[in-house]
Amino acid sequence: MIRLENLTKKFTPTDPPAVDDLSLEIKEGETCVLVGPSGCGKTTTMKMINRLIEPTSGKIYINGEDSSKMDPIKLRLGIGYVIQEIGLFPHMNIAENIATVPRELKWPKEKIWKRVDELLETVGLEPEHFRNRKPKDLSGGQRQRIGVARSMAADPPIMLMDEPFGALDPITRAHLQNEFLRIQKRIKKTIIFVTHDIDEAIKMGDKIAIMRKGKLVQYDSPEDMLSTPANEFVVNLVGGNYSIKRLHLIRVDEIIDRSPFTASPEGTISETKALLDKSKLGLVVITDEKKKVIGLVIPAYLKKEGEYNADIMEETGATVGLGSTLNDALSVMLSSGQGYVIVVDEKERIEGVVTLNGIMGVLQDDD
Amino acid sequence: MSLWENFVGGLTGLFDFMGRRSDQIAELTLEHFWLVLTAMIIAIAIGITVGVLISYWDPIAYPVINVTQVIMTIPSIAMIAILIPFFGIGFNNGVAALTLYALLPIVRNTYTGIRAIEKAVLESAIGMGMKESVILFRIKLPLALPVIMAGIRTSVVMGIGIGAIAAYIGAGGLGILIFNGINWVNYPMVWTGAIFISIMAIIADLVLGWTENKMSWRT
Repeated sequence: MIRLENLTKKFTPTDPPAVDDLSLEIKEGETCVLVGPSGCGKTTTMKMINRLIEPTSGKIYINGEDSSKMDPIKLRLGIGYVIQEIGLFPHMNIAENIATVPRELKWPKEKIWKRVDELLETVGLEPEHFRNRKPKDLSGGQRQRIGVARSMAADPPIMLMDEPFGALDPITRAHLQNEFLRIQKRIKKTIIFVTHDIDEAIKMGDKIAIMRKGKLVQYDSPEDMLSTPANEFVVNLVGGNYSIKRLHLIRVDEIIDRSPFTASPEGTISETKALLDKSKLGLVVITDEKKKVIGLVIPAYLKKEGEYNADIMEETGATVGLGSTLNDALSVMLSSGQGYVIVVDEKERIEGVVTLNGIMGVLQDDD
Repeated sequence: MSLWENFVGGLTGLFDFMGRRSDQIAELTLEHFWLVLTAMIIAIAIGITVGVLISYWDPIAYPVINVTQVIMTIPSIAMIAILIPFFGIGFNNGVAALTLYALLPIVRNTYTGIRAIEKAVLESAIGMGMKESVILFRIKLPLALPVIMAGIRTSVVMGIGIGAIAAYIGAGGLGILIFNGINWVNYPMVWTGAIFISIMAIIADLVLGWTENKMSWRT
């Protein structure tokens, strides 16, 4: 648990304080998102927690212990730190980068390399392939995964993340957000997450702290933030369209149809036609023996020449992961121009289907 | 005598000289090499230390770099004279003069090499809990190394050239051939000194350039 008590930071005696008498409590295992326009003091607040910036006045308690009395090096070794620019060490390979904190903690070598491989797996990068590469050989998204892996290396109970996905393109960002949510569900860290993007805050946060000019404006769960904004500033920041915003809050597994018809590529078209006639969704997903999605058949494809499903099916690039939000699913539908999207697990195996009607149903429930 | 005959005659005289005095040339080349090497080892030790120190405190960085710059503008013959009260004449004086000349590129490149490191790299290093000593030796110096090496290379090549002047106060080296050649109006002797100094500088430049590439983390 982290408690900020009357935290104030003045960089100069004359300017208004960057952080002004801020009090906040973050429960263990929760993600608290600090959000607000630039210059609102969110990054300064975060950096005071690992003492990259020392507060002018006020206290920070970590599990009841006054952080100003702790050794800053020890304090930081117990707090994962990810920043937007990542700051990977360009002269070290990926494994050495990830091993930074365990090395400082003088872990035995075998334990370090085992942990590195484990972390690479966690963030979805093949250890064999990435271990010995240099940061410059990686894409932005891959680098940010390494940044996250590096910060989790010694399994710190607390993580500070300053716009970790801010520099990525929207698709990669959504992907990494979902993946991180999936990881967080398992590892249950106490996370301080800084962003200026309210949609990201709604998606990532258990609690959202909206800041303005160094002061805390509202501290609430995303649901409460959306339904009962404290004042005009919050209303403007959150923006109108409560229903649309709620799409960031709901995950596809809440409205997923888990029983779409599936068939193998070797199945005959006549069988598939029979399935299509029975199907409410109007599609049959073609999977291989490991349940991996390889394509789909909709009634229109039946007109094509052929005998087996493999002859008429078409590939579907449009899938989303289980942890995705309805907003992610909706954007995939919009870009593919279809009213459905197939949901897959991390190994691309079918989990079910989400349809536009399903999403509409959620929106209508609200009204 | 035509210009061409003059040239051919000169060349014959040069090779003749080199052939007759090969032992002395080898000895002087080695002497020159030791003079520059000794000065460089001292200059690298002092230069990197000073460069690292001023990288921690900006207000002092520019004055220090300016001082080393001023040192470089002192004509080498004057520098040697200035150092006589402190180091007498001979090898030590030559080493001292070369060391002073070599400082600027090393100090400046160490400083800029460290300052040019991406801020995010250092911020993440500090934020993860690395100690400053660890950051210096494991992050800052390795990242600045290619730039520092480039400075060392400049210093060495320059030092080999200036080293010739050190012969004037008895520090030895290939400069002896040049000074004696001038005094005795022996042009093959002057040429020999100049040519061997150039060859040494070119070899040093190539070797250090290769090392610089090998050490670079960018490749």
